[in-house]
Amino acid sequence: MAGPVEPLRGLRLAWVFFRVGAMNELQYRINFVIEVFQSLLALGTGLVVLALVFGHTQQLNGWTQPQLLAVLGVQIMVGGIIQTFIQPNMMRLMEEVRQGTLDYALTKPEDAQVLVSVREVRIWQSADILTGLIVLIVAILRLQHGVGVWEALAFAGAVLLGVVMVYCFWLILTTGVFWVVRMDQIAELFEGVYQTGRWPVGVYPPWLRFGLTFLVPIAFAVTVPAEAITARLNLPTLLLAVGFAILLFALTRWFWKFGLRHYSGASA
Amino acid sequence: MSEGARQAPRSLGDPLPEAGRVRSMVDFYLTTMRTAIASQFQYRSANYLYMIGMVAEPVIYLVVWSTIARSQGGSVDGLTPGDFAAYYIVWTLVRNMNIVFTPYGWEWRIREGQLSGQLLRPIHPLHYDLAEFAGWKFVVIVLWLPIAAILTIAFHPTLHPTGLEIGVFAVAIWGAYLIRSMNLWLLGMVSFWTTRVSALFQVYFVAELLLSGRLVPLQLMPGWVRVLANFLPFKWTFGFPIEALVGSMTPGQLFGGLGMQVVWTTAGVLLIAVVWPRAVRRYSAVGN
Repeated sequence: MAGPVEPLRGLRLAWVFFRVGAMNELQYRINFVIEVFQSLLALGTGLVVLALVFGHTQQLNGWTQPQLLAVLGVQIMVGGIIQTFIQPNMMRLMEEVRQGTLDYALTKPEDAQVLVSVREVRIWQSADILTGLIVLIVAILRLQHGVGVWEALAFAGAVLLGVVMVYCFWLILTTGVFWVVRMDQIAELFEGVYQTGRWPVGVYPPWLRFGLTFLVPIAFAVTVPAEAITARLNLPTLLLAVGFAILLFALTRWFWKFGLRHYSGASA
Repeated sequence: MSEGARQAPRSLGDPLPEAGRVRSMVDFYLTTMRTAIASQFQYRSANYLYMIGMVAEPVIYLVVWSTIARSQGGSVDGLTPGDFAAYYIVWTLVRNMNIVFTPYGWEWRIREGQLSGQLLRPIHPLHYDLAEFAGWKFVVIVLWLPIAAILTIAFHPTLHPTGLEIGVFAVAIWGAYLIRSMNLWLLGMVSFWTTRVSALFQVYFVAELLLSGRLVPLQLMPGWVRVLANFLPFKWTFGFPIEALVGSMTPGQLFGGLGMQVVWTTAGVLLIAVVWPRAVRRYSAVGN
């Protein structure tokens, strides 16, 4: 394990892995068509649900139809980012701990956490990122007041913070594999819970809202960016997001190192 | 099928071959189900994680529609938050009853040669899947009870079923299980002809989601969707069992629904009887 994390070095490493991963996946271009098809099917379902909801009401908990369309767009987009960059790495980490092949990553002269977080990229999953962006743009065009520079900046910042928090959440869960070894269902569990992001977190009862904010940071990953783009975000919420992201990141770093000490490797 | 009789020791020496066959079949089902119960109970924590992950979906629908009902002065199309709670809590059990051998599994069965062994046995492979998953259902129902209790405390359902409704529901969830088993078997068998099946499966699942009552109670759907749903099998595996318990159907509607379940199960069995021999002829795995 190398010394302190140098951000630039980590980014360069991520870029190298991204290029290798992209070249690898470019061999299977038909997969992109399949992903686009899946993405459109999911989008169609989401739009049907929105149509059903607004066939029965004018607004949901204070959110209008274009605003909820923006939530849908953000949810699909952030989901795409998770599926492209975060989840594949975590699945690989789980598998390698189980098989004992994580040794190969740990013996490399790089920070182990950086390394296990950037190795896998599923570029075709980015079909969802595209779909989400398009939905978001359509939603913005239908918003009455439009989007200013500050809203756009707050949105970009909120998405970044949200993605960092989801990454931390995933890595903390995955680190659990050092003790539990088998966690096959985790991905399905997360994808199930992630669907809650399709709606602003305010519609859920208080106990669930708390869980979806601080236990599984879906509110920060989807609702807060959507609030930013629809000019509903207030400064305290944004500051809370910044503070919680820093806290969670530090906790994740500590927990990862703690978990690593429990890794005994396998006589591979 | 005479081999079948020879394989089941208890039917040996039975004077009536037809009765012996039925009895050995019952014996086969009971044994397979008992084995499935024992083995699935070993995986109870994995089963539980799976079931908890599944709860997110109905909770989302429930929360959204309850919010709408409240904002509309207490009800949407006659459904109150309590009605929605009852619908989506019963939903969780019906959803579990709807889980059968996945059509994606057929690719594995074919590619890995899993079928080779099954084909050598004297009983149609459909029976193995039916018995195996039926056994699993008993484990699922037991594990479901605490989940239902927690959801009941959290969401206050309005549920006043009559004895008849409970009886019909108890039968209808098994009818749902049978229909969906047949449908997904048929869908999965497409894998014998082509390997690019995932798009087809997904279209099927989206149609099912929208037309079964899984997404929303069908009474919230536009009129033409409700009419369409009556002519498709999906509703009879999902919306009908739920509404048998939580809705207010007449005895005529209740028994009519069970009748439709019989019709769709029979149609599925007949189709499998036609398609299966043709599918097996295309199967050419080696090994195992």
